[in-house]
Amino acid sequence: MMLLLSIILVPVAVAVASYLIRSHRLRRTLWLAAAMGHLILSVLAAAVPEASPLGTWIGLDALSAIFLVLTSTLFLGATVYGIGYVAREPVAPQPDAEDGSLIRNEPESIFTGSILFLLATMSLAIISRNLALQWVAIEATTLASAPLIYYHRSRRSLEAAWKYLILCSVGIAMALLGIFFILMAVTSEPRDLTLAVLLQHAGALNHKWLSTAFIFMLVGYGTKMGLAPLHSWLPDAHSEAPSPVSALLSGALLNCAFLGILRMQQVCAAAGMAKFGGDLLVLFGLLSMGMAGVFILRQADYKRMLAYSSVEHMGILALGVGLGGIGLFGAFLHAVNHSVVKAMLFLTAGNLLARFHTKDTAKIRGACSVLPISGVLWIAGFLAITGSPPFGTFISEFTILRATLEQGRWIVTALYSLFLVLVFVGMSAIVLKMALGKSDESRTREPWTTVLPPLVFAVIALLLGVYLPAPLLDKLHTAAQLFGGPAQ
Amino acid sequence: MHIISVLLILSCMLLLGSSRLHVAIRVVAAQGVLLGILPVIRSVDHLTAGIWILSVSTIVSKSVVLPWLMRICLRNAEIRREIEPFIGFGSSLIYGTGLLALAVWVTVRMHLAPGEAPAVLMTSSFFLVFVGLFILVTRRKAITQSLAYLVLENGVYGVGVSMSLDFPFIVELGILLDVFVGVFLMGNLLFHLDSEFEHMDVDKLTELSDVSESAAPAGKEIA
Repeated sequence: MMLLLSIILVPVAVAVASYLIRSHRLRRTLWLAAAMGHLILSVLAAAVPEASPLGTWIGLDALSAIFLVLTSTLFLGATVYGIGYVAREPVAPQPDAEDGSLIRNEPESIFTGSILFLLATMSLAIISRNLALQWVAIEATTLASAPLIYYHRSRRSLEAAWKYLILCSVGIAMALLGIFFILMAVTSEPRDLTLAVLLQHAGALNHKWLSTAFIFMLVGYGTKMGLAPLHSWLPDAHSEAPSPVSALLSGALLNCAFLGILRMQQVCAAAGMAKFGGDLLVLFGLLSMGMAGVFILRQADYKRMLAYSSVEHMGILALGVGLGGIGLFGAFLHAVNHSVVKAMLFLTAGNLLARFHTKDTAKIRGACSVLPISGVLWIAGFLAITGSPPFGTFISEFTILRATLEQGRWIVTALYSLFLVLVFVGMSAIVLKMALGKSDESRTREPWTTVLPPLVFAVIALLLGVYLPAPLLDKLHTAAQLFGGPAQ
Repeated sequence: MHIISVLLILSCMLLLGSSRLHVAIRVVAAQGVLLGILPVIRSVDHLTAGIWILSVSTIVSKSVVLPWLMRICLRNAEIRREIEPFIGFGSSLIYGTGLLALAVWVTVRMHLAPGEAPAVLMTSSFFLVFVGLFILVTRRKAITQSLAYLVLENGVYGVGVSMSLDFPFIVELGILLDVFVGVFLMGNLLFHLDSEFEHMDVDKLTELSDVSESAAPAGKEIA
């Protein structure tokens, strides 16, 4: 229990300190130390499963253990990248890369403090075993990340932050209504919102109330997760945020909202309503994939392209969980793969943006010759995110395809494959043109902080395709069983 | 309890029909007071310190601090009225009656057992939620949107109280803190919105969009 508490308290303490510390060097060192410490604590907590007694508010099961270590890993990568990033950002007002207006960045102390608060709130959202506490944490992630999106204080980032704050807050207010409705569904005493108690008495839950609650929570957390048609804030926020923040938003934060929906689906499955929730998830999943595919096809901004790709992959996750069976295993594996690859892509996109000063895909040519490492990473990332072998995404996307085949849902199979191909075509046209060809720009040396994190993520993505470590495999299977998946 | 419910409904009608932003801020502040005393009335027989703390902090945050912040934003921006909403004030009132009917319908459909939850309070809370959403999508000023969010949250809070759900104290406080910081951040962004765009019209926030500009006014996306 102390271990789990420290996972939240360490980043909170460092966040508060960051607001107060004047020295940049000390603040950045503390930031890095907090990220490393958090990763160590998370791995320790995941490795030693603690028996959580009935009614505990925080605890780890296989599912949250995966997400916790994943979040922590991404945060460390974003930290290494981010420290270099803020150090290079000028303090004085500078012309905006997009429209030339003068912008002055947020003070670094606010940025560092907010990103650490984001880590703390994400961790709380992951480890909370009480649905109401989880709601508080997920709403708090929105609040911690809004100042991060507004880091550059440009008109565009202001617009993005405003839409993000309003839409997600309203969405999450709906989720709170959903949580009230769960309590109405509880017929037996005690009317408690801890997950363990809900699951234990799931058989006695009132189905009418539970289905209402599920819909409200799907809409609420679905907004935050970026499921179409409630995703309209996502491309703005994820493209306007500084790249290390985009990596965290897409790679880690979306997972937290997904976990909110997963907990609800877990309760539904225990109450014998897996089919009801599953069908809704399949519907929203396919809709998200289709919507993202259409917008990727004609995308002129490569960070927006990545953001739409996140919408697509959230759709894949929802679809996998909705299908159930081996789809669950596929979805959880895909969550890991997507997070790693998407973080790597956003960090690489940050390198391109820093070198070429534009987000316009048409204005970048020959990235491979100008930035040798980032250019190659850009192509590798594209292959990984579209699910090409030998990357891990291939296995997970294929597992979900198998789930559709096994259940004989041919329409789902057809649409799923169609959308995957659509995204592949759309992204290949954009990415390959950017990476290959000749450029007028000269070759540049890349600072190690900008290439090491995406490089490490690329290696992880590749390894996950070749070999799944036994502890991860074990956790994935256990997580799938939480939803009544097959025992293997 | 009934008096509070009726007052809540009337306050919403006032919000729908008035173009003056000062009035809107005052009305939302009044709603905060009404909702703040609800839990005290609700459990008048077994009052605990937790209920008092919650009640006082609700009133202080929703009726004193946040309205004060909004008023500063308003003074900075030198705007007094909501102009040209997508749906006029008169018709908003008519829609408002429709929303009230919807709230009644939802409450009736819930088949509440007698004693489970006071139906009148439930109706007015749902009405608050609907009015919040309605104002959010039909008004142009960013400041009105943050007020609408507050109305929506008030409604959700009201639903919670009328179901007399016994949330743990920490969670209740957490929810209140989230809402407070959320609106506080909105207020903070409002300052910048005003100085950057020299207006607070949300429908002009269209620099980031993949849909052609004429097709989708920003407010529509919320629906």
